[in-house]
Amino acid sequence: MDHRIDRDTTWPEISFEERIGTAEFRIHERAHIVVDGDACRGCSTRECVVACPANLFVPTSDGGILFNYENCFECGTCYLVCNKEGAISWTYPEGGFGIVFHRT
Amino acid sequence: MAMSDFDADVIVVGAGPAGSCAAIAAARAGRSVILLERGPFAGSKNMYGGVVYPRILDELIPEWWTTAPVQRWVVRRSTMILSETSSVTIDYRSDDWGRPPHNGATAYRPDFDHWLAGEAVAAGARLVCSTTVTGPLRDERGRVVGVRTDRPDGDLRAPVVIACDGVNSFLAKEAGLYHATDPSNFTLGVKETLAFDRATIEERFNVRDDDGVDIEILGGTAGVSGGGFIYTNRDTVSIGCVLKLPKLAAQSKRPEEIIAGLKAHPSIAPLVEGGRVIEYSAHVIPEAGLSMMPTMVTDGMLVAGDAAALCLAAGIWLEGVNFAMASGMYAGRAAVSALEKNDPSARGLSGYTDLLESTFVLKDHRRLRRIPELVLSDRVQHRYPAFVTSVVDRLFRVDNPRPKPGLRRIVREERKRAGIRLRDLLRDGWTGMRGFG
Repeated sequence: MDHRIDRDTTWPEISFEERIGTAEFRIHERAHIVVDGDACRGCSTRECVVACPANLFVPTSDGGILFNYENCFECGTCYLVCNKEGAISWTYPEGGFGIVFHRT
Repeated sequence: MAMSDFDADVIVVGAGPAGSCAAIAAARAGRSVILLERGPFAGSKNMYGGVVYPRILDELIPEWWTTAPVQRWVVRRSTMILSETSSVTIDYRSDDWGRPPHNGATAYRPDFDHWLAGEAVAAGARLVCSTTVTGPLRDERGRVVGVRTDRPDGDLRAPVVIACDGVNSFLAKEAGLYHATDPSNFTLGVKETLAFDRATIEERFNVRDDDGVDIEILGGTAGVSGGGFIYTNRDTVSIGCVLKLPKLAAQSKRPEEIIAGLKAHPSIAPLVEGGRVIEYSAHVIPEAGLSMMPTMVTDGMLVAGDAAALCLAAGIWLEGVNFAMASGMYAGRAAVSALEKNDPSARGLSGYTDLLESTFVLKDHRRLRRIPELVLSDRVQHRYPAFVTSVVDRLFRVDNPRPKPGLRRIVREERKRAGIRLRDLLRDGWTGMRGFG
């Protein structure tokens, strides 16, 4: 059997939506992470934007941060890298909710 | 408080490897144990790169290899050093590791952790899933006497709580056991699970049957301090990076872009080309070793596993689940002996610290206490990989009609080219020797 891969056909890079779509998120109505928009408007470093592996922090045109808690890995990166004391209020989601990695 | 006011002798928070082993140890000693898990099943929140070294389980689950849900037995252990376009690999292979009693195995954490929690249930622990602990319960003197949960009337009381609630351990933080949280003590682990057929994996990685490969990588992380890894599962390959948080946050490449760069490296691409991403996942790792560890014991509570920062990131040794299982087991045993003495105070529970200090759990961390910082230092991360690969390149490059240069000359010239001062190289070598030697 020939398993060589044609040099010109490397894997297609998938979109972020497809990437995050490989995980299951059981979404609770309460946001387990709350971001203080006022604190973010005064922040020029924006560590969360590049570091969040789920890409949940999006800069807005008015200098703020748009945040969506729904597709969160619950890893803790955002509050660990954040330079603004109190800008990110971080808790775990309600029991049974949030990211679910599957058994095989 | 009278014993009848308690819901259990021991409450274990988190049904990962630490929590399940704590529950097994306490339940086997005849104690009533509640094992709380915030996910819908044990293992549902858990993620790592992919290799577990379960030797310590010999004490709890004899012949664990006959029942543990592993993907492949690690028979090849490789360390790769990457420059921009080349690589040097040290590759060890032992077919012994493919036979009982084995050494390491690749395993999916939802499978492995679910199995281990099943052992805790078999030992008599009561596993309660879909329940998030929101904080410690304290008595009027500040001693921990249970936990608050997000269930209605969700307070649960026990003389001993074992916090196995993972790297973000809010229990340990709320109990004041961590002094400060420094982001540079943490890395982000990100991983893609790539689907292949088994034959492709076995051909590309030169293994057969249930044998597998563990590749640890220095370099290839877009200049962000950390490293990479590739592990073979039965019909998938896990590839990913660990990235030092402040360094990741201070540049412009996102984690998934850094994985894409690693996958495109000419030494890596032939291994992973064509793989379809079936899972993308992330988790934070406590990487700084001894220097970041919390106080492990307080009145009514013990801390184990990632919650206690018991993860070993020492370059050639990258271990966590075994430290979690061992510390959980010792915490369970210490809880039992404190309950026998009817003294769940920090003093009564102090047998836990003795067990950690007298075994590999803290002996390894003490011996290697300077290594995590060395491994993530700028020289090891950004200068030594190019130095090593260029030395090997010149050693094996046949540059006729020029005669071969001597090794000493190659090393001297390449060290200078890489901008490494002899003094620093010797000092790092000495730090390494003191840790590893």
